[in-house]
Amino acid sequence: MSGTLTPDKAGGLMWQAEAEQLPVKELGELQMARLRTTLKLAHDNIPFYHKTFDEAGVQCDTIDCHGDVADLPFTTKIDLRDHYPFGMFARPRDAVVRVHASSGTTGNPTVVGYTRDDISLWCDLIARTLAAGGVKPGDMLQNAYGYGLFTGGLGLHYGAERLGCTVLPISGGNTDRQLKLMRDFGVTALSCTPSYALHLGEAARDRGLRPDDLPIRVGFHGAEPWTNEMRAQIEEGLGIDALDIYGLSEMGGPGVAYECLCKAGMHVNEDHYMVEIVDPESLEPLPEGEVGELVFTTLSRQAQPLIRYRTRDLCSLIYEPCDCGRTSARMTKPIGRTDDMLIIRGVNVFPSQIEEVLMGIPNIEPHYQIVVDRKGYLDVVEVWIEVGEDIFAETMGALERFERMVQARLYSVLNIQVAVKLKEPKAIQRSEGKAVRVVDKRPK
Amino acid sequence: MKVTQLTVFLENRSGRLAEVTDMLGAAGVNIRGFSTTEAAEYGIVRLIVTDPEKARQILHDAGFTTHFSHVICVAVPDEPGGLARVLDELAAQNISVDYLYSISFQNICFAVRDIDRAVDLLKDKVQLLSDEEVRAL
Repeated sequence: MSGTLTPDKAGGLMWQAEAEQLPVKELGELQMARLRTTLKLAHDNIPFYHKTFDEAGVQCDTIDCHGDVADLPFTTKIDLRDHYPFGMFARPRDAVVRVHASSGTTGNPTVVGYTRDDISLWCDLIARTLAAGGVKPGDMLQNAYGYGLFTGGLGLHYGAERLGCTVLPISGGNTDRQLKLMRDFGVTALSCTPSYALHLGEAARDRGLRPDDLPIRVGFHGAEPWTNEMRAQIEEGLGIDALDIYGLSEMGGPGVAYECLCKAGMHVNEDHYMVEIVDPESLEPLPEGEVGELVFTTLSRQAQPLIRYRTRDLCSLIYEPCDCGRTSARMTKPIGRTDDMLIIRGVNVFPSQIEEVLMGIPNIEPHYQIVVDRKGYLDVVEVWIEVGEDIFAETMGALERFERMVQARLYSVLNIQVAVKLKEPKAIQRSEGKAVRVVDKRPK
Repeated sequence: MKVTQLTVFLENRSGRLAEVTDMLGAAGVNIRGFSTTEAAEYGIVRLIVTDPEKARQILHDAGFTTHFSHVICVAVPDEPGGLARVLDELAAQNISVDYLYSISFQNICFAVRDIDRAVDLLKDKVQLLSDEEVRAL
């Protein structure tokens, strides 16, 4: 496969316009056809799926609607670890032309394999991602993602070459050289983590460079959670459109979903990845707009098909058509991981939501800690905030107004009452210099 | 004719205020006057001291959050209606008083919304003390 550039309606470009604008009904049919092929590939070649499908009574060739999908078994990261290193490959080892692996901070790394066709597909999906930000031949992409086993570096690299733009494979680090080459080479597009983009913007400012001094126009940032506040800071710091991209190594890396210039959620490449949101507790599918665990099924990957893979990321889906003209479902920025979700009086609360509220208050950068406890039968949440000189005012009235303002903002986002407690500096425990953000004192 | 006031944020824990006064005492900083206000869990201590800069540095280094502001120190005549006359002057000009506290029998600090107007208003009518004069009391 390959592509041709066509303008979208948001100021960007489409690389594979037909696929990106496929009418929803046709998209559904295409997904079902590809799903049946994928299920058969998995069942016939991967002992793990052979067993789980047979146990669940899955008939690969009769699946023909999204309702049937809910009967398919899930796959988790533990399943991948259990079949380390190559037990989840559906193709013989000699058909696998590349292997990536996620960092194995706990136990074995997660291995992902690609056939030649998988690599080619990946290139097209990254080309779609870059084109959506208006990147075209003639642009130069400074790829400051790390090169190596991590999928970000090589993923963006080959995708950018597929699109026909010039790649500067600078990898991460060495900020002075990044800024020098960015100027000297006339770099117009950047790919790196959002935190590094923020750092580059600050470093440019510290060296007296204004956004206008840098020809860069658009940035592609993923692999880390980030907020719209951070987007605003990156865009201001570098004078760019900062776009979110989503992927995970298990799905092949970046290229699973990407933002168009509407910046209103990430378009899932639904022709190659089927997406669902399920309740992380009951695992039942959730309706549009509800926040739950993001689940993907690969529809085209050959070396390593994965069925209903639980990402642990929490977000919601938007099916409403996007102004850019693409027909695919959009996923919101992940607001957290199932691992760090707190359930308070039955309400799901994510530490990231609280952080976003606190960081959204102008002129302050609070040190904070979320303390959850149970009083009687009731869960109570306190947000401890250290009163630094940015917050401290000279009257009790002002401090009380600050408390009430933060409490009201938290309530409007979380829909539960949170008590704000003002604390002296250094009152919040730190572990090796890093603030401990959540303390859950509830009896387990 | 304004007086420098040092404000410190304190959690309501026993002995916390004593830590502040101990540190200032050990550094030879004399407290000329102070007041405290508190909510359930924390409070503010306001201090008029002989060396505000030094006091702030000591407390800052010890990890306290501090703040400098200005107040007016009025020498109120020690007689019936003495305080009322000052308050009436301010009220008549719509200068609102955030808080006031006495730092000696006759000298009361006023934190007001518009300190410059209040100084102009009061300077010919009552005796205002300077930082130096307060320290020399």
